[in-house]
Amino acid sequence: MSQTVASQTEYNYKVVRQFAIMTVIWGIVGMGVGVLIAAQLAWPALNFDTPWLTYSRLRPLHTNAVIFAFGTSALFATSYYVVQRTCQTRLFSDKLAAFTFWGWQAIIVSAAITLPLGITSSKEYAELEWPIDIAIAVVWVSYAVVFFGTLIKRKVSHIYVANWFYAGFIITVAILHIVNSMAVPVSLTKSYSIYAGAVDAMVQWWYGHNAVGFLLTAGFLGMMYYFVPKQAGRPVYSYRLSVVHFWALVSLYIWAGPHHLHYTALPDWTQSLGMVMSVILFVPSWGGMINGIMTLSGAWHKLRTDPVLRFLVVSLSFYGMSTFEGPMMAIKSVNALSHYTDWTVGHVHSGALGWVAMISIGAIYHLIPALFGHGNMYSVKLVNTHFWLHTVGVVLYIVAMWISGVMQGLMWRAVNADGTLMYSFVQSLEASKPFYIMRFLGGVFIVVGMLVMAYNVLRTVNAKSGSLATDANTQMA
Amino acid sequence: MTSFWSIWVIVLTLACLALILGLLLWNLKNYVGVKEGESCGHEFDGIEEINNPLPKWWTYMFFATFVWAVYYLAMYPGLGNFDGLAKWTSSNQGVTSIAESKEATEKALANGEYVQLDKQIIAAEERFGPIFEAFAQQDIETLAKDEKALEIGQRLFSQNCAQCHGSDARGGTGFPNLTDDAWLYGGTPDKIKETLLHGRIAAMPPWKDALGEQGVKEMTAYVLSLSGRKVNQKDAEAGKAKFAMCAACHGMDGKGSVAHNLPFGAPNLTDNIWLYGGSQRAVEETLNNGRAGVMPAWKDILGEDKVHLLTAYVYSLSQNKQ
Repeated sequence: MSQTVASQTEYNYKVVRQFAIMTVIWGIVGMGVGVLIAAQLAWPALNFDTPWLTYSRLRPLHTNAVIFAFGTSALFATSYYVVQRTCQTRLFSDKLAAFTFWGWQAIIVSAAITLPLGITSSKEYAELEWPIDIAIAVVWVSYAVVFFGTLIKRKVSHIYVANWFYAGFIITVAILHIVNSMAVPVSLTKSYSIYAGAVDAMVQWWYGHNAVGFLLTAGFLGMMYYFVPKQAGRPVYSYRLSVVHFWALVSLYIWAGPHHLHYTALPDWTQSLGMVMSVILFVPSWGGMINGIMTLSGAWHKLRTDPVLRFLVVSLSFYGMSTFEGPMMAIKSVNALSHYTDWTVGHVHSGALGWVAMISIGAIYHLIPALFGHGNMYSVKLVNTHFWLHTVGVVLYIVAMWISGVMQGLMWRAVNADGTLMYSFVQSLEASKPFYIMRFLGGVFIVVGMLVMAYNVLRTVNAKSGSLATDANTQMA
Repeated sequence: MTSFWSIWVIVLTLACLALILGLLLWNLKNYVGVKEGESCGHEFDGIEEINNPLPKWWTYMFFATFVWAVYYLAMYPGLGNFDGLAKWTSSNQGVTSIAESKEATEKALANGEYVQLDKQIIAAEERFGPIFEAFAQQDIETLAKDEKALEIGQRLFSQNCAQCHGSDARGGTGFPNLTDDAWLYGGTPDKIKETLLHGRIAAMPPWKDALGEQGVKEMTAYVLSLSGRKVNQKDAEAGKAKFAMCAACHGMDGKGSVAHNLPFGAPNLTDNIWLYGGSQRAVEETLNNGRAGVMPAWKDILGEDKVHLLTAYVYSLSQNKQ
């Protein structure tokens, strides 16, 4: 306990607390919107003929909310926490850190207003218009200053592997965002990309895939490298494995974008090169999973009693699954079947809900008691309830999308003996409907789980000091 | 791509792969300074790192992907301007205009240099072409009674026509119902085929300026009265007096261009069938702002043989009903 109290003054926990709480709130908002649009796909009347409630406007709101509000808040919270603790020094600047918090929240709110109004640059995952893009660049550079400033003034000689991943993610996201958002403004709310045609598409997917690669993968691997060994109380399995897979991962990911543009106007050489790099990328991606899971050797029994560790380890399993699936889908002949189907949607969500959300939720459950001076969460049982709600939700979701995705791909390519197509598009849509309902139910499970989390977090934050036991086992029994 | 950029791509690609390979080989050795299986000696907030070797199966998998990558980049385009030993191309790339593209395609086809797309089209043509050729020999009236022909025609329809005319061919606002035997350009097999092959462009001009608000109201009353609707008689009379300007396309009796053998595609106004809606408001909207209808030409998309079969199907929709 005394150590925690000392840490409260030694480190800047205020900004970590703020981002950690917002992670939970934005998680509920982003996933809630996701459930609404999932319901709209099954029952289209749910847009109530209201422009700002239509799927087309809420879908970018959903993706922006989960990636940049929920996921990125989790990255801010954990990176600020991890960099301080592993460098044994306070953040480089409290003021600048506070600026990144308020700046980032302002950006999220402006996204939540402009996207439903239909203000969009129409680039996927980069829909926000130019004034917001500039604000993002400013906040992001401030984030880099705080993070690297803290690394520079560290009190230990080495830089811990988690910080390599956070550093790689911060630098690359800045470059991706600035290059892809280059546009000519024609008014306050409208701009046009400075790139044209196939080049514009390539720049967009260079950005788009590396938003996945650096934000949703490298950033969260940073999170993994701190919270998995910490929660398991075990050393990291292999230092040399982390060296190889870090450098191989960051240098291969950046080439992988063209696999989003197979069989398009993109030149053949670009498509093949993107595919080759994507396939090799499978191996270093699994390096991270191996290092995480093997870190548990000698601590497997803890999975029986510790639902937080369960979140972290299952997230690694989903990470392994989707980083196998991704390179496979990047192969042109597989992509010919999977592209434009729900399989892609399922793949993204096995990464987003399975990997990103579960590692973040696990990390937040580890963080909240530490940040608010408690030994444990208010209820470990409720953490366990959340774990099962979330796991069932993710499985329902991705199984539904696998079935409907492969089915769509097969229906679209089925031909009759005379060479005409066997099914019209609308027939494949009719066939998908039961799976859209199943996916919606999966989403409901996940959002209910997030509400359980919010309640648990609220009770923990408001608990009397010293009232929550330190030992997880005493509560679980 | 200029040779500068080609070399740029090749050098970057190979350098990236070589560096990763070097990284892998370097980490197969124990350079950490402690025995394998022991802690590296540094500690971060209580976390230590073990100096374990890379898993063997993982290392072999890494090498395997490199072998495959080298093979793939040797066979297929990927390294800048290098075509690949398999000489495979998906389509006719590298042209900058449609004219250039057509010229390049014709030249390539004449020399037997087929890209992937050509190969697939030729194969499909060889396999399926005879089926449609055989149908094209028969006249449309016969095909319209041939179950097999109608089945294929229906499939073509659901792929290519249903998007606008609906799966049941009953159309919607702005898209004609094909089952009611009311035709804008004529419903004989020849006329339908002509519509499908070459498309149609229809234009109803706006009359807001010429007629004025009151004029549009009166004309609407008259037009609605033509199909027996109850209207304000005074307005209808006033509208009728000005109908001569409409008669040029719709005919003095309002029965439309088909009845008068005119080529405009002007609808029959007396049959109570309304392409853009028959409410007073919809008709006023049509008169005020005009309408523009486009039926695309299918000759180049489907080819004449398939259009022939499709014509039989469309023709059958209104014939079989009677």
